[in-house]
Amino acid sequence: MRKLKKAALALIATTALAASALPAAAEDIFVPLFTYRTGPFAGSGTYIANGMHDYLEMLNQRDGGIGGVKIAIEECETGYNTTKGLECYEAVKPKHPVLVNPWSTGITLPIIPKAAVDKIPVLSMAYGLSASSEGDTFPWIFNPPDTYWDGMSMIIKYIAAQEGGLAKLKGKKIGYLYLDAGYGKEPLPFLADLSKELGFETKLYPVAAAEMQNQSAQWLNVRRDRPDYMIMYGWGAMQPTAVKEAVKTNYPMEKFISIWWPSEEDAKGAGKEAAGFKTLNWHAATPDFPVIKDIEKHVVGAGKSQTPKDQLGTVLYNRGVYNSMLIAEGIRTAQKLTGKKVVTGEDVRRGMESLNIDAARLKELGMDGFAGPIKLSCADHNGHRPTFVQRFDGAKYVKVSDWIEPMHDKVGPLLKADAKAYAEKNAGWPKRTEACDSK
Amino acid sequence: MFYREVGQFKTSYAADQAIFPIRQDRIGLALILAVAFIGIPLVGGEFMIASVMIPFLVLALAAIGLNILIGYTGLISLGTGAFMGVGAYACYKLSTLFPQVNIIVWIIASGLVSCAVGVLFGLPSLRIKGFYLAIATLAAQFFLQWCFVRVGWLYNNNPSGAIEVPLHTLFGIPITGATAKPLTRYYVVLTIVVVMTWFASNLVHGRIGRNWMAVRDMDIAAQLMGIRLLPAKLLAFAVSSFYAGVAGALMVFLWLGAAEPEAFNINESFVLLFMVIIGGLGSLIGAFFGAALIHILPIIVRTAPDALGLSIGSATAEHLTYIITGGLILFFLIVEPHGLARLWQIAKQKLRVWPFPY
Repeated sequence: MRKLKKAALALIATTALAASALPAAAEDIFVPLFTYRTGPFAGSGTYIANGMHDYLEMLNQRDGGIGGVKIAIEECETGYNTTKGLECYEAVKPKHPVLVNPWSTGITLPIIPKAAVDKIPVLSMAYGLSASSEGDTFPWIFNPPDTYWDGMSMIIKYIAAQEGGLAKLKGKKIGYLYLDAGYGKEPLPFLADLSKELGFETKLYPVAAAEMQNQSAQWLNVRRDRPDYMIMYGWGAMQPTAVKEAVKTNYPMEKFISIWWPSEEDAKGAGKEAAGFKTLNWHAATPDFPVIKDIEKHVVGAGKSQTPKDQLGTVLYNRGVYNSMLIAEGIRTAQKLTGKKVVTGEDVRRGMESLNIDAARLKELGMDGFAGPIKLSCADHNGHRPTFVQRFDGAKYVKVSDWIEPMHDKVGPLLKADAKAYAEKNAGWPKRTEACDSK
Repeated sequence: MFYREVGQFKTSYAADQAIFPIRQDRIGLALILAVAFIGIPLVGGEFMIASVMIPFLVLALAAIGLNILIGYTGLISLGTGAFMGVGAYACYKLSTLFPQVNIIVWIIASGLVSCAVGVLFGLPSLRIKGFYLAIATLAAQFFLQWCFVRVGWLYNNNPSGAIEVPLHTLFGIPITGATAKPLTRYYVVLTIVVVMTWFASNLVHGRIGRNWMAVRDMDIAAQLMGIRLLPAKLLAFAVSSFYAGVAGALMVFLWLGAAEPEAFNINESFVLLFMVIIGGLGSLIGAFFGAALIHILPIIVRTAPDALGLSIGSATAEHLTYIITGGLILFFLIVEPHGLARLWQIAKQKLRVWPFPY
């Protein structure tokens, strides 16, 4: 009985403590990282989580933070689950985060309307709601460097380049294998427009989220239709399955192009035959950069992270690093704009809008050639940067194309219309009142 | 000593048939309500309200719905998640088609839509029983989820494929959308849940509930006693889906704020089933216990190491949460296979004879 009493008391004590969540020290900049190292998507999430954490930790170790202010990093495990992600959001909110990265479209969508109310900017890097690139409607949301529509336009352009021009696409058959959720369906109207305009035929192969690991039906249809090219918008277990099925179907891997999410592991599962598989990317996939060397020296080598050494420089690890670089640069720009050392969410929102990472700045960061320059503005929260195509050679990805510009003239109006529709559907959507720093 | 009915005399049939015949029980209930309406808003932070209490109440409401079907009528359903989805999508459609109407009206109305769909999928229940019925409801789960993904009309052809919740007000105070304060949302959810629980309690203790329980215990016997099986079973499906639908609408409009079809997948149905089984079949308070164990316990486990000053990785904490929660579920089921509600009953019984047990 006494034991039971003790246990009960301990339980009450812990809940009481938990309820009064400890705020981060006031002199730190609090950056929560929503990560998923568990659950069905952990295979991709762990790399990203490691990359994000290690870059910020490296800044803490090497430079003592940003502008002399330490970054308080806190991971919150979402398991890629929307309700848990929202729980994370509510849990970090009282600690005044300067920015959140939901790392899941499902978590991003409910947070979007909250951002303006809670004054916490959201960085959904190349995922989330495409239309949130329109800063006039979504002043608090940032989704650089590309939207999924940009991605689709670049894949089509790449295919056209292989065939010798956009005009040559006429009469071709292009298959689109996609996750049957918001993310995969988003490019559909755009693809339909393009196919009408350029005269190619599209074949759609939706994969339901519950059926990600069983795509035999879709690939049977691919075998029957024999599309000239295959485009994939997948995530998690859908990607390795698709690569495996493509190999099994004897689909020419050189003509199988994916959006930017597959990792090395996704392709490796299918063995040597997966060589030739292509994906879009906007940053390097090797560890040969000063910034990665610094991470190795100050963080991984010093035992301050969970990252195994051979993970450095992989596609998704580097993407995590790039994501954190954007956060850090946003904070730095905010410090420069406001003259304050300890910035708030409102400051970082201004910082992100004035973000301008040119080649010289990239070199300073030790990222010369790691990624292209990027500049955001009040109207454009995305940048719509060019990407390149990388080819899987059986072990790693190798860049095989030049930088490809998205079809700005086609994507721009779509985004504008979509942002407008969003604001209309969500009656009472606030008009932008935030002042603009960059003209 | 404190908890016994000595000296409480009942002078009317109504008093004798009361759900809470002992005065202490009624005081206890009033206390719980006072804590819920006054205590928690006073001491609870925003996290407590928004991420602990609101989800707990919503899940408890859905669990009550499922409990009516499984616990009271003995019909196994694996489609609760989808019926919640029906409620959510119906509420979204209705509120976007007729934005002038108060959202509370639409939340209740969406329960009726879910109710109609539930009756439709409940039709086979007359002929098939047990696990076979579970499979039939599984079909409902998959079919409805397919609709949420594929029928663009349901989500107004949003390019994101998700349903988003705009601002709605009640008496001029925002209750949905980003500007709604967690406390306001909590009060709305709490009021709806309390009213619907009271309604369910009256339902299961009355003629209809007795019909259901007779069907559960032996449907042939029930039929011989003059209970018409089809209406009884369909009514159970209808009421259960109504509760699930309202819970789904509350989930999207007052808890999440936006949802993808994935929110209503088969996992959701299973989680609710676990809540009902662990909480206690055929017990309303069991639904609350189950929801608390499945939703609140992991949050406590997750935040405990931090609060105690232990620093463990977020992923490790997550794994630990799974292990501890799973362990506790096993423990409770071994100690009392009839669920937490039965434990509660035993505790009350013991308390009644304390300190002189016989």
